[in-house]
Amino acid sequence: MAAYIFRRLISVVPISLGVLFVTFLLFRVIGGNPAYRIAGKNATPEKIAQITRDRGYDQPYFLNFKDFPQKLFQAQFPRLVRSILRGDFGESITNKMRVSELLRAGLLPSLCVTTPLFLLDLCLAVGVALLAAYYRGTWIDRSLVVGAVMAMSVSEIVYIMIAQYWLASEWRLFPVWGFEGPQYVVLPVLIGVVAGVGGGVRFYRTVMLDEIYQDYVRTARAKGVSPPRVLFHHVLRNALIPILTNVIVALPFLYTGSILLESFFGIPGLGRLLVTSISNGDEDIIFAETFIGAILFVLANTATDIAYTWADPRIRLK
Amino acid sequence: MNTRVDRPESLWAIAWQQLRRNRLAMACLVILIVYTSVWLYAEGTFWFARLRDVTPAYKVSNYAIRNQPPSTAHWLGTNYAGRDNFGQVVQGTRIAFEIAILTSVIVIPLGFFLGALAGYFGRTIDTVIVYLFSVVGSVPDILLITAISYVVRGVVERSPSMQTVTRYIDSGLLAVCVGLGFTGWVGLCRIIRAEYLKHRERQYVLAARSLGASNMAIMFRHIAPNVSHLIIINFSLRFPGLILTEAVLSYLGVGIANEPSWGAIINDAKQRLWLGNWWELAGATAAMFFLVLALNLFGDALRDALDPKLRTAEAGTV
Repeated sequence: MAAYIFRRLISVVPISLGVLFVTFLLFRVIGGNPAYRIAGKNATPEKIAQITRDRGYDQPYFLNFKDFPQKLFQAQFPRLVRSILRGDFGESITNKMRVSELLRAGLLPSLCVTTPLFLLDLCLAVGVALLAAYYRGTWIDRSLVVGAVMAMSVSEIVYIMIAQYWLASEWRLFPVWGFEGPQYVVLPVLIGVVAGVGGGVRFYRTVMLDEIYQDYVRTARAKGVSPPRVLFHHVLRNALIPILTNVIVALPFLYTGSILLESFFGIPGLGRLLVTSISNGDEDIIFAETFIGAILFVLANTATDIAYTWADPRIRLK
Repeated sequence: MNTRVDRPESLWAIAWQQLRRNRLAMACLVILIVYTSVWLYAEGTFWFARLRDVTPAYKVSNYAIRNQPPSTAHWLGTNYAGRDNFGQVVQGTRIAFEIAILTSVIVIPLGFFLGALAGYFGRTIDTVIVYLFSVVGSVPDILLITAISYVVRGVVERSPSMQTVTRYIDSGLLAVCVGLGFTGWVGLCRIIRAEYLKHRERQYVLAARSLGASNMAIMFRHIAPNVSHLIIINFSLRFPGLILTEAVLSYLGVGIANEPSWGAIINDAKQRLWLGNWWELAGATAAMFFLVLALNLFGDALRDALDPKLRTAEAGTV
């Protein structure tokens, strides 16, 4: 088991390097000199040349063969790898703050919104999915599914705009903007649940139905176990593995936060940071958020695999 | 009972029979046909104006009638520039379909080809391709799409050689499609790879090989027809996601700017909702809602009809 965990953890390294390489390729190579995007549309050539020099964009991409071999790694990619290993993601262009500081500052507000959102969404989705699976094939099941699909067919932006305008602004049930207390996250969380629960219901219902047609369920029914007990005792426990996967893989999104909710409601989290960075052309922040999001996803995936083998030892043999 | 056994029924014929019995799916199909007609009409008017180098009707401003509520002349009122909202929403349908098609131009060849190679040949090729899609799939979708669109937009707007392309395709539309395309292939690639892994062990493949068929012939002439339905299922279930993502991208400022996509209309309607102008938001939201809903429900029904595993499952009982 220890060897397996070790092997899985080692495999994080090539994927992380790959992610770093892809993001590097995207921002520095395919996108051309980032100085053009940073400087904005009406920049003078001098400004662009200055940004290029200051931020080292004039160096070779991968290896530097000038003065071989002393300066071999004085190139953009090796320098990026080195600074990221040190936890340094550069600095913001707009306010000269360290990107790592900005990310740290944004983490807590993001978690304040996404954690309750995530938990509420999960409980509601699993609950409704169980209900649909219990009444499978009847009109209750069908209307729950259609309702779930309807809920996920409206853009989250529209939910936010309508709720913010009517519930918060017109009827004054919730604060419209800001982050000064628990009451400020209530409406964003509710909107997030309404917008997100549909997909969860659909997924978990499929998971439950996959289990319901298994032989052990038929055996349990033949033994005389009551339908609710089959559902909660047998089906739900076996469905826990796919549910667990879905949950763990969704965890990194707690970090990215809800981009839309945060920026509409003025919550100073990572999502809002991303939106302002895009409009300011603050490249280092976009890069850092993309990269960290990916690394967290890879780690979560690995954790899922390990959790799998712990939950079901048969998987290790495959 | 009539028992004619002249010809085995094809997968598609069986699927169609099952779909015909599903009233919900048929209703969705009717909605989809209506949307397709609207799209073709909008495409026609767009190219008619474009090829004659005149400003298309939906882009003509008329400031005398700006921000009017719905009336018999303008069913959905007018927007800030006095353009008819209904006409804008109709053109939005065109953009939605164009996004789906342009994205598929990247997703289907890339996902299918790489998936087929990985699944059929296995070994090193498989390892490399799995590594590739693990890396791309690790970056949270919305972050990667945003990053790609953001970078591609910069490239398209600066390079002179792209001018000819952007005369016919909006630069924002191109950026969005590249972003959605280079993230969307991962899902299709995973599915196709898994199918090829299964099919390469089947008897008909062995038979073809012993008759001297080349690897390419087996992959694309023998196996491909047996997995091609997965492309259609993938398309119909990916399409609604594209529409919703496009709206988010418009809000983030990396989406379509110069054409009235639904996301752009909603984003524009944001400020004027605070003045009580609900009709701009309502039109695009409703158009988006019914298309996404119909695609989701029809896609589900199609998958159930084309996937024999699920078909037998539906017949089972606890």
